[in-house]
Amino acid sequence: MDAVIESLPDVFKAFGYTVLLFLVSGTLSLIGGTLLVAMRVGPIAILNKAGAAYVTLVRNTPLLAVFFFFSFAAPRIGINFRWVDVHIGTFDFTSFFSTAVVALTLYTSTFVCEALRSGVNAVPLGQAEAARAIGLPFGGVMSQVVLPQAFRASVPPVASALIALLKNTSVAAVFGVIEATSQMKSLTNNNADERWGIFLAFAIGYVVLVELVSLAAGTLERRWRIA
Amino acid sequence: MRFTRTKAVIATAGLALSLAACGNAGEDSEGVDVQADENAASSFDDGTRMKEIADAGTINVGVKFDQPGLGFNETGSDMPTGFDVDIAKILVASLGIDPDDTSKVKYVETISDNREPFLQEGKVDLVLASYSITDERRQVVGQTGPYMLTGQQLLVPEDSDAEGPEDLQGKEVCSVTGSTSLENAKAQGMKPVGFDTYSQCVDKVLDGTVEAMTTDGTILAGYAAQNEGQLKVVGDPFSEERIGVGYSKDYPEMCQWINDTLEKANEDGTWAEAFEANLGASGVETPDFPELDPCE
Repeated sequence: MDAVIESLPDVFKAFGYTVLLFLVSGTLSLIGGTLLVAMRVGPIAILNKAGAAYVTLVRNTPLLAVFFFFSFAAPRIGINFRWVDVHIGTFDFTSFFSTAVVALTLYTSTFVCEALRSGVNAVPLGQAEAARAIGLPFGGVMSQVVLPQAFRASVPPVASALIALLKNTSVAAVFGVIEATSQMKSLTNNNADERWGIFLAFAIGYVVLVELVSLAAGTLERRWRIA
Repeated sequence: MRFTRTKAVIATAGLALSLAACGNAGEDSEGVDVQADENAASSFDDGTRMKEIADAGTINVGVKFDQPGLGFNETGSDMPTGFDVDIAKILVASLGIDPDDTSKVKYVETISDNREPFLQEGKVDLVLASYSITDERRQVVGQTGPYMLTGQQLLVPEDSDAEGPEDLQGKEVCSVTGSTSLENAKAQGMKPVGFDTYSQCVDKVLDGTVEAMTTDGTILAGYAAQNEGQLKVVGDPFSEERIGVGYSKDYPEMCQWINDTLEKANEDGTWAEAFEANLGASGVETPDFPELDPCE
């Protein structure tokens, strides 16, 4: 544990990167997942198929492979994020952070999409029919009637997808982002005699973060419960 | 009939593969040629680990698989090559085991993270995997040597103007996640970027995502030689790494044997020969044999 305490500022900064990766890709995944679910349940056949094909392709690919693609294959065909160069305080957001965000977002969107789709399926068909009957277009039916109820119904599965995302950020450790897992590897490498304590400290760090996400999800679930 | 045809196809494919394998092996079978010491088993005292290994006739050695010139394994090959591997062969031969017989000597890939656990659990008997000697590591495993001194340098594209860490202040520099090199790069004012293997860092330097990568000069020299005309090693070493042999703390008697064998390899010239064969091509001059740490 001494090693962790000695380099506490570095440890906090590393967990900072973990949280930032989670917040940025989490927000983008929620948006992406919502768009995907709209495509999948919408009336346009081509979007329907495209949405289903995307989910099938990306959800069935290991996250590591998605990372590999954007780190080593995509630059070869001209897709790279070298133009990203933002520095806020001591945090740097360059191509490596962006690559991680893109990979995590594309991957997690599919899980969010499927979680939301379970929520959409939970909304009785009569709701959509009634909304259509009063003259709402598809956009109106979705945004005013179906999705608000679907979001409420799918808080637990979406929270699961986000918790998985939080832990998946650790993959970025070997793709250029000095986040918590990467920092842990530095510490275990330099302090071979303190491995247990270091593992434990970082495990606790992750547990605390995940617990915060589950608490937030629990609160939302209670507040959004339909009376 | 159909079965015969299938068999023929498989046989042909197998033949083609084995021919390809031969082709690979024939290309670069450099390194030193050491002969097993026939009377080794009788020269060790009873009850020592060396005697046990010599009697059993098999040994597991941890080496790196991804560092050209030090420990490198061509895909599909079961015999790694490099300076670390050659030093391992010298040690194995002194136990009376033929170092080129992979049914007796198992070269296991060790990465930076699992070297101590592999030694502690007995998965390997020796580690020669660009293993820097440090006080922290000596708390959990035995380390002796060094058989090579190296220092951290920078590997940059051929057309780069950077001449040392001072030209790369605040710039992203790649190395392996969790390695000491990454920490040193940070201490030198560069921004560390961590990947899983050195070869991935080389890829990132070649495609221009980072301006440089950093680790021990000997490792970089191997990559520079592999990508001649595209990459070069620059700058004075800004750290000192003492590369040694790792063994289990349970068998402290191995230390003296390792030191004696290394000393002998220095005296009869095999050490220098191994250095030249593996690292000489990249333009590095053969240094003096480093002074060994005394065993306790």
